[in-house]
Amino acid sequence: MSQRVGIIGFGQTYHRSRRDDVNGVELINEAVRAALEDAELTIDDIDAVVIGNMDHFEAVNYVDTWSVDGSGAWMKPLIKLTTGGTTGSTLGIAGYHHAASELFDVVLVIGWEKNSESDTTGAIITCSDPIFDRFSFSGALPGLAVEASTYMKRYGITEEDAALVAVRDREHGANNPYAQLRKPVTVEEVMQSPMLSWPVKLLDICPRSDGAAAVIFAGEQKAKKLSPRPAWVLSTSVRHSHSYFSDINYEEIHTMQEAVKELYKNVGIKEPLKELDVVELYQPYSFAGLKWIEAMGLCKPGESPRLLRDKVTHMDGELPFNPSGGVICTNCIGATGLLRIGEAALQVMGRAPGRQVPDVNLALSTGFGGAYWTDLMLLGSRPW
Amino acid sequence: MTDIAIVGAAQTGYRRRIDDANFSEMVYEVTSGALADARLDIDAIDNFITVSNDFWDGRTISSMAVQDACGSSYQGGRNVSTVEGDGTFGLLYGMMRILSGAYKTTLVVVHCKGSEGNMRQITNGMFDYIYTRPLGIEATAAAALQARRYMDRYGLTEEDFAHVSVKNRGNARLNPHAQLAADMTIEDVMTSKVMAAPLKMHDLSPISDGAAAVILADRNTASKLGRKPVWIKGIANCSEAHYLGDRDLAEAPALRDAAHRAYGMAGIENPFEEIDVVELYDAYSYMEPLWLEELGFCPRGKGGELTRLGATAFDGPVPVNPSGGVLSAHAVLVAGLARVIEATLQIRGEAGERQVEGPVELALAHGINGPCGQSHCVVILGE
Repeated sequence: MSQRVGIIGFGQTYHRSRRDDVNGVELINEAVRAALEDAELTIDDIDAVVIGNMDHFEAVNYVDTWSVDGSGAWMKPLIKLTTGGTTGSTLGIAGYHHAASELFDVVLVIGWEKNSESDTTGAIITCSDPIFDRFSFSGALPGLAVEASTYMKRYGITEEDAALVAVRDREHGANNPYAQLRKPVTVEEVMQSPMLSWPVKLLDICPRSDGAAAVIFAGEQKAKKLSPRPAWVLSTSVRHSHSYFSDINYEEIHTMQEAVKELYKNVGIKEPLKELDVVELYQPYSFAGLKWIEAMGLCKPGESPRLLRDKVTHMDGELPFNPSGGVICTNCIGATGLLRIGEAALQVMGRAPGRQVPDVNLALSTGFGGAYWTDLMLLGSRPW
Repeated sequence: MTDIAIVGAAQTGYRRRIDDANFSEMVYEVTSGALADARLDIDAIDNFITVSNDFWDGRTISSMAVQDACGSSYQGGRNVSTVEGDGTFGLLYGMMRILSGAYKTTLVVVHCKGSEGNMRQITNGMFDYIYTRPLGIEATAAAALQARRYMDRYGLTEEDFAHVSVKNRGNARLNPHAQLAADMTIEDVMTSKVMAAPLKMHDLSPISDGAAAVILADRNTASKLGRKPVWIKGIANCSEAHYLGDRDLAEAPALRDAAHRAYGMAGIENPFEEIDVVELYDAYSYMEPLWLEELGFCPRGKGGELTRLGATAFDGPVPVNPSGGVLSAHAVLVAGLARVIEATLQIRGEAGERQVEGPVELALAHGINGPCGQSHCVVILGE
């Protein structure tokens, strides 16, 4: 058994800081309808449904069974996965395995979050071990601030270097009609934005969004039949090492290094900067757009600011990052990793109006979450 | 028939409160146990599935607590994912990841500590926050509605359900892992405290702490190991509607659909004749006969009679829950994987005192998610 798998449809909501006009189930339904329309399918064509979010944001237990009216999973195989920030990428990878296993042919994958209904930090804070970690690593910011300051000290990186990343993604986000933050910003504006936890400022970091994403995966024969140009899943790689924030070596991002090593080996990539065509990076804050791309092997440690200054990762550069505007423009957490996969798929399918990178053969999408975990999915225009 | 086998399994004893181990220590115990059972080293595991629930754990990203303990961080880390739902769904996803050709082995590990949460609040959280949650409905109140509807539809009595509790708590006396084992009478059940009419204290499963793990392997790997593999011959899952008012609670169409597909994979035509032992998710006594009907072991409305006639007894033609079932130990999420482990032990002939008579060639294990068994997973295991 086992078959190749391609992405044949993608739908997303217009992401906003607050969607008062819909409840969670309705929000999910918007993305599902958009994905089905995109793939020119109906819910009857779907063999299985995969869904996820982070429970504590909406305080709904068993989101899979609760959301059946919106997801369309009535009388269908249904499963829920949750891994924190990596939830969306975890879901996409599960969609791939559902179809690749040949147990199912057409699989609908849904990630969503309605962050406006939550106390984001209050919900995230409980991921830290209550005895050893919670007093210091409380919520998302402390870890990021530790990572950024460690990285700055080690390599002489400046806050202005990081601001370039935020400026790039906000510029890209202006091209994406679905993005929440669509207004470009300048380095000065980033530098003058309120300090949250040194050196991380308000405009360095992602917003919190209401939104949903749905991606349709199909086995090889179905994908070829249903889509003129599917985005084929070439490889996935996941590292969820560590249970404790205090165990992490913040000078590196070990999970990214290990995950790319496996992924590049699987598909024979030797020079990622040259061979990859576009990257949708789960980049929760600007400093990640520097340090983590070094871990991806795009340049030597400490040299990434040059790539930003030379606009290598801008839309017209050698390897554009986040044509969608990325996480800094939109962050509906359970959907965020799946949005990276969906946007990468659009790039491969040549269906990203306003934000299309020309001639994409290889598109890498990533997920980030938990205790500095990394998920990767590589999509390609050819199934081999 | 699939090419995936269970080659190792371990479970903790289930207790009302396990004070001497936290989540990761419980997971470490069963991970080590399953590896030892499979006679494998952690080096041999290239894929991990953890199963947990943020509500029960009181922690967001509940999988984070057990990543080190399950071995997924070992040697630079391995590929891993996390299912939130019953352990049988974790088994299903772990199996898919081998069938996709990505991995050769998979550790599926699940934990839950009911003692650290409030069952009513946690299960109230699975209902819609606008329309049904404000009613205060939770798992047991919903189950009572289902039990009542089931009784009304077929003229069943509370005594019909009491027979199930007597049988399963009696079976549990032979299972050292069980939490509640008792030599009970129908009268004991009938006179126990009413929790949500028609359900009484002894119709309910207990709140438990525990963990369980299994190791899956592809055909190549499984056939090289010294231990007899137990094959996953069929597996399927399905969900029905959410709102209780949208459902006829005396039926479980999702279970019917999942069973139909799992039987198809395993080549089963007559489950009563072909399946030798059944481990069901009997969170409440009435669930066992209802699930048996939808699994095709008897006509609709005849599940109670099946029990009363002794057909599902330990020494009956189709022993159901010889382990004592969920009525005797209910670590949520863990309980479905525990059913798989019990079925595995029966097929291996290693169930100790609770080993049923005669050769066990085919066994059925089952897990549920959501209120009143909204979503089901059916697993057929065999030699």
